[in-house]
Amino acid sequence: MRRTVAGSRSRERLFRAMAVAALAMALGALAVLLIDALLDGWPRLNWPFLTSFPSRKPEQAGILSALVGTTSLMLLTAAAALPLGVGAAIYLEEYAKTHWMARLIEVNVANLAGVPSILYGLLGLQVFVRALGLGRSLLAGALTMALLVLPILVLATREALRAVPVSIREASYALGASRWQTIWHQVLPLALPGILTGSILAFSRAIGEAAPLITIGALTYIAFLPDSLTAPFTALPIQIFNWVSRPQKGFFVNAAAGIIVLLVVLLVMNGIAVYVRQRFQKRLYL
Amino acid sequence: MEQAIGGALFLCGAVSVLTTGGIVAVLIVETVAFFREVPLAQFLTDPQWTPLFVDKHFGILPLVAGTVLTSAIAILVAMPAGLLSAIYLSEFASAKVRGAVKPLLEILAGIPTVVYGYFALLFVTPLLQQVIPQLAGFNALSPGLVMGLMIIPMVSSLSEDAMYAVPQSLREAAYALGSSRLQVAWRVVAPAACSGIAASLLLAVSRAIGETMIVAIAAGQQPRLTLNPLVPVETLTAYIVQISLGDTPTGTIEYKTIFAVGMTLFLGTLGLNLVSLWLRERVRERYA
Repeated sequence: MRRTVAGSRSRERLFRAMAVAALAMALGALAVLLIDALLDGWPRLNWPFLTSFPSRKPEQAGILSALVGTTSLMLLTAAAALPLGVGAAIYLEEYAKTHWMARLIEVNVANLAGVPSILYGLLGLQVFVRALGLGRSLLAGALTMALLVLPILVLATREALRAVPVSIREASYALGASRWQTIWHQVLPLALPGILTGSILAFSRAIGEAAPLITIGALTYIAFLPDSLTAPFTALPIQIFNWVSRPQKGFFVNAAAGIIVLLVVLLVMNGIAVYVRQRFQKRLYL
Repeated sequence: MEQAIGGALFLCGAVSVLTTGGIVAVLIVETVAFFREVPLAQFLTDPQWTPLFVDKHFGILPLVAGTVLTSAIAILVAMPAGLLSAIYLSEFASAKVRGAVKPLLEILAGIPTVVYGYFALLFVTPLLQQVIPQLAGFNALSPGLVMGLMIIPMVSSLSEDAMYAVPQSLREAAYALGSSRLQVAWRVVAPAACSGIAASLLLAVSRAIGETMIVAIAAGQQPRLTLNPLVPVETLTAYIVQISLGDTPTGTIEYKTIFAVGMTLFLGTLGLNLVSLWLRERVRERYA
């Protein structure tokens, strides 16, 4: 008896050791990855790098067009995806919870979230670039990205709507408000922090996406800033990909510096998301 | 007014159905056009994929082999690491450790894939080359390993959810019979959560199959029917990237290939996702 207890103790210790080792390996690799990029790119990260256009010479190349491209791409994506995503979520949560169409949309959204991002690129290529004649433009890129983030946005918004207590809706109805009045004046303001947090996280995933943009034919060498919706564009992950794929070693340093810029952008966005959640949800629910 | 708003909201929801319909339609139209020029039998059995050469071969097998190889390596990393950490976090760790480790693990899923690609090509491959001298600069091994790292949180958090859903009464019954903590975790909770765990693994495989940038950067662009992880290969996704980077005119057979490849990718990931969804529904019914 004593021996089996001791045996199970030591087995448990062995399991704990293995589990901790697995976690340490994963988190250690994450740390090595970040430190590696930081060490490689840090010497290259200076003001001219942020304010120069790409160049054939690695030491003169900069990230300006990619940075401006990513920013405008994300603003356009948000403008297209936010109303659609929030609208769809409101429809699913507040209007047609039991309707067969709602069930279809629900299953569909869940499936869409699992479709590889590069296939959205093929859709964007055929529909936005070719059929609608938008070309390899900022607008085509933003619409493609909007479709990509839509499922994540719908899921996040639905969760935020579900967190609003039913009693608030009932109180509003009892005072004679219509369905839309209840949603617009009561439910949405309460759900807003959750919606914002969810959408920032959804867009921060989109910022790092290169595959769909490459597929619709976004260029990798842009030596000017986009001046209209139909202008060609580049973005941070595409620029990094381009630099990584060059044979010359000098460009690898640029890629690492670009990675630092991309990670800082992501860090800021996630920081804002956490801040919004902490700040507003407390005030609203206490 | 109320009805107009309801209608508008319905249209927003319909966009998601249109997106799926659009993806399927685009893939079908161009794939049908592709198979008008290339017989299905050649596509499925030819051991060579050389659409850009003068001597054109359209056998999908080399690209499928590259995809399977990199994904298999990834899941070999993610399965043990993800499951161990899931069991540990759900059954052993204190709330404090859990609260600290989970968000850290989630960071792994949030890092852009180009960053992983950079890491695979310029850090992992040179490191492995010191141990395995015959490892090529582009290979399936290091992007596979790095992809495995990326999908650990997916396996871990979905499996943990599944184990969390196992009723406490099962654990208590096992403890009452004198089981140790490890026995409860290993022989009671893990088997009871096995559908959910399988669902998480399938989803992770599907994610690895669809992953693009890591393999496009670090695995190479040489379609090759091999299971040797040390040589350059090309995956389905990396091929689409390769063609997209060039100037391939619309309507040519090269242009159509990316849709036939996309269709293959779509069917593979959809199948895995549907089985995974079905398994999760089954779990929900069982313990609801």
